[in-house]
Amino acid sequence: MTYIVKPVNHHPNLEKNALGLTRRDYEGTISTLCAGCGHDSISAAVIEACYDLSLASDQIAKLSGIGCSSKSPSYFLNQAHGFNSVHGRMPSVATGANLGNQDLLYLGVSGDGDTAGIGIGQFMHAARRQLNITYIVENNGTYGLTKGQFSATNDQGSKSKYGEENVLAPIDLAAMAIQLGAGFVGRSFSGDKDQLVPLLKAAMKFKGFSLIDIISPCVTFNNHAGSTKSYDHIREHNESVSSLDFVPIGQEIKTSYKEGSIVDVPLHDGAILTLEKLSKKYDPLDKGLAVQSLNEAEKNGKVLTGLLYIDPEVKDHAEILNITDTPLNQFSDQELCPGSDKLEKVNASLN
Amino acid sequence: MDTKYLFKRHNTYWVKVAVPKDLRKELGFDLRTSLHTHELSEAQKLREAVVADFKSQIFAAKENLKDSNGKNSIKTFMPVTDTSDPQYYHKVVDCQYACPAHTPVPEYIRKISQNKYTEAYMINWESNVFPGILGRTCDRPCEPACRRTRTHEKPVAICRLKRVAADFKDDVSDLLPKAPEKSNGKKIALIGGGPASLTVARDLIVMGYECTLFEKDPQAGGLMRTNIPSFRLPVEVLDAEVDQILNMGLKTKFNSEITSLKDFLKEDFDAVFVGTGAPKGKDLNIEGRKEAEANIHIGIDFLTSIAFEHIDSIGKKVIVLGGGNTAMDCCRSSLRLGAEDVKVVVRSPFSQMKASEWEIEDAMEENIPILENHVPKKFIHEAGRLVGMEFQKVEAVFDKKGNRSLVPTSEDPVMLECDDVLVAIGQDNSFEWIERDIGLEFGEWDMPVVNPTTFQSTHPKVFFGGDAAWGPENIIWAAAHGHQAAISIHKFCQNEDINDRPSPGTNLVSQKMGLHEWSYDNDISQAKRFLVPKEDQDTALKSLKIEVEKGFDPSLAMEEAQRCLNCDVQTVFSESLCIECDACVDICPTDCINFMFNGPEDEVRQNTRIPALNIEQDLLISKILPTKRTMIKDEDVCLHCGLCAERCPTGAWDMQTFLYEEAKVYS
Repeated sequence: MTYIVKPVNHHPNLEKNALGLTRRDYEGTISTLCAGCGHDSISAAVIEACYDLSLASDQIAKLSGIGCSSKSPSYFLNQAHGFNSVHGRMPSVATGANLGNQDLLYLGVSGDGDTAGIGIGQFMHAARRQLNITYIVENNGTYGLTKGQFSATNDQGSKSKYGEENVLAPIDLAAMAIQLGAGFVGRSFSGDKDQLVPLLKAAMKFKGFSLIDIISPCVTFNNHAGSTKSYDHIREHNESVSSLDFVPIGQEIKTSYKEGSIVDVPLHDGAILTLEKLSKKYDPLDKGLAVQSLNEAEKNGKVLTGLLYIDPEVKDHAEILNITDTPLNQFSDQELCPGSDKLEKVNASLN
Repeated sequence: MDTKYLFKRHNTYWVKVAVPKDLRKELGFDLRTSLHTHELSEAQKLREAVVADFKSQIFAAKENLKDSNGKNSIKTFMPVTDTSDPQYYHKVVDCQYACPAHTPVPEYIRKISQNKYTEAYMINWESNVFPGILGRTCDRPCEPACRRTRTHEKPVAICRLKRVAADFKDDVSDLLPKAPEKSNGKKIALIGGGPASLTVARDLIVMGYECTLFEKDPQAGGLMRTNIPSFRLPVEVLDAEVDQILNMGLKTKFNSEITSLKDFLKEDFDAVFVGTGAPKGKDLNIEGRKEAEANIHIGIDFLTSIAFEHIDSIGKKVIVLGGGNTAMDCCRSSLRLGAEDVKVVVRSPFSQMKASEWEIEDAMEENIPILENHVPKKFIHEAGRLVGMEFQKVEAVFDKKGNRSLVPTSEDPVMLECDDVLVAIGQDNSFEWIERDIGLEFGEWDMPVVNPTTFQSTHPKVFFGGDAAWGPENIIWAAAHGHQAAISIHKFCQNEDINDRPSPGTNLVSQKMGLHEWSYDNDISQAKRFLVPKEDQDTALKSLKIEVEKGFDPSLAMEEAQRCLNCDVQTVFSESLCIECDACVDICPTDCINFMFNGPEDEVRQNTRIPALNIEQDLLISKILPTKRTMIKDEDVCLHCGLCAERCPTGAWDMQTFLYEEAKVYS
């Protein structure tokens, strides 16, 4: 908890984006999470990404379930729409909202309990349906809100704060999402904004289901020696597969990379993702290799981070299901209820 | 007002360029030099060449450093900040650092917000001896330095809060130090009864010295009594604070002007302190001066005569010549003596007037017109009586070297009627009473050569301070000089090395009370600077004795005190506790904190989250952290809100109050 009100004052030289807004304009209320919580860093990264992309807050909907992670949408974008749903049911609400209005950017914020525990069925179907959402999992491997029990993503052999060892194998949400057909799957670490912010920007611009599984240490219950989701452990075992640069449409690619290590991935709206492969063996466009690498890394106790898999050709649910482009709230009564003549015609066509 | 690289010392403009940290061993904290000018515009023109020269010196030193590091190790790193150096955290407390007497400003403002006026008063009294006087008259070097000028707009009304402490304090007589029962047998003479001498007396009496004050006037106080009108500084306030020192056991010899230092040195004193001020007002010798003499008065003499009630009236039409604070006091005093038409006439443009902004405002509020760009040509007199003055209109023109000249315009001379003229065009020192053959050297501008640290002249027994040392300045400088001179006199009398200066007292205390409890008020007030209530103008103008400013009442004082950012509550960082979770970076409202790779200063300053371009403000550099990064904090616009410490899970950040007490002879 923080009891000090964050002063409204900002640095006199704070820059403004294309909308004339500063980074501070994308903030939410002050966090009530524990001091040092990885989730707060993720909130800061979301703020940074939305500011960089000059997104209008009223074109964004934040959706979440239950848990420490699901509280965090309060702490960013306080001008955006928001829905704090039932535990594990955020994907259903997101699906409904998405069917009603495709124009909004949907930011789903969930945790390892909300997603890999109670809500895993919802999560799997959302991925399978290619729901157009940026699905952020703030993954700390523990139930922080109920005092530190192991969650379903906690690694086998990892120890709780009280010394108990986890005997069950973890669920790898990234590998699962790839196998279920998600078009954009990344993994990152709350303590590495250089990697996280461009990854978030790319995910927000991706049309279809994009998952970012973010290891986010729980300072209170899962940041001790013996934990595999502590700041120290992740820093030691982090193996980044790619370095990412998100280039919006119309902007020149400026970063210089070593020849031969670059993959440019065009996104739906013409923006370009520039990927620098940090490992020769890795190819984020190769689904099989991605899953295989994740399995190997897990065996070796490594945490693979970066953009793990991308399929730029994937179709999102709206395209697959051929849903109307116009948000439902923009239809007139006449269009929504066209009268008995139309009904008769429809019925006749079914004969 | 563009004062980049400029600062004012002893009424003269100086250039100062900060030296990057890695070169300080070689070049010192900053490079500075006097421009030998009182004019801002002139200083602005002159500074270019000096700044360029300083920058090339810094560049050369940097190149040298690169060479000495060898070809392969060209990259330099900013050194880890040594926070055990008292000056590091002191510099963060901008107001205290700017105050010549280094008054712990945030410390006393906090006391005011706790209604502890007596404690606030005593903190002031320790540093500057005359809180009630300074709270009304100080030149306030602290206010332009206030961090609020960078984070908000207007500085905290530091000066007027000092007055609050004096206005609402209880009886402090029991709290004041007393002379020891037995004297140490050493005798000190203080020549001139102004703030510098009184400060020396206050410090030395406590140490057991027998001090004797020689004053040419019938009362002590110096310019505080003679040059500051009582509608700005009531006599009771002045008397109270002067008496505090006289009552400590200071022997006084009033109406005793010293006319020969040579003879005086033959008397039985172990050391002599000269605090005679700058008592001679400049005259204006132009046509008609002699003939109209009866109605032409020197500004400071005029004010002195009012103070001692030697005059009580003036003509109906008065012209005041000059644009400094004395001119402002002269015109406002004239109004109160019954003048009906008072004008201030200055040679320079309005924007270059030397008077403090607020004193000009006060004069203008009393509907006194200020005519700019008018150079006096002659006094006009008829039948041996002054009837007016003639002026030439001019405009300020600058040549390539930046020298200002006032070029006459083609307009006709301006004639202004008047009954009296007050000449307030500057003050000079007056050392006719010091013989030049007694081993006391005189230098530039016929001023005694005085060591700027020890205040000792080239005659070992004679010390200088206040305006007598380097020309006209403000009371706060005199107090600062007095403290330092007292240290020197003590060391001199005890046969110690006077160049060995005592270190300041410092104390660093954590403000953490509990998990989320801090023992200072870290809420950032968004209130605008409060205005000091004033006496109704019709009433105020009726008498010289009615104080114009009424001062803040306790509730206004409380609100104004809340505006203080508590810059003395320092953000103290401990590398060993940091887990690099970024919580502080994310929460900092002004983006001061960075975790980044160290490098040369200019590179680091460009690569912080928001470039740290104010090089006057230091960067706090940590030791290298486990991820090979360094914590680098830009002190420039830190609000001292404590959110970094509040959000730190391990206590690597802590908010600690830093108390810096300038060394005194008795500490």
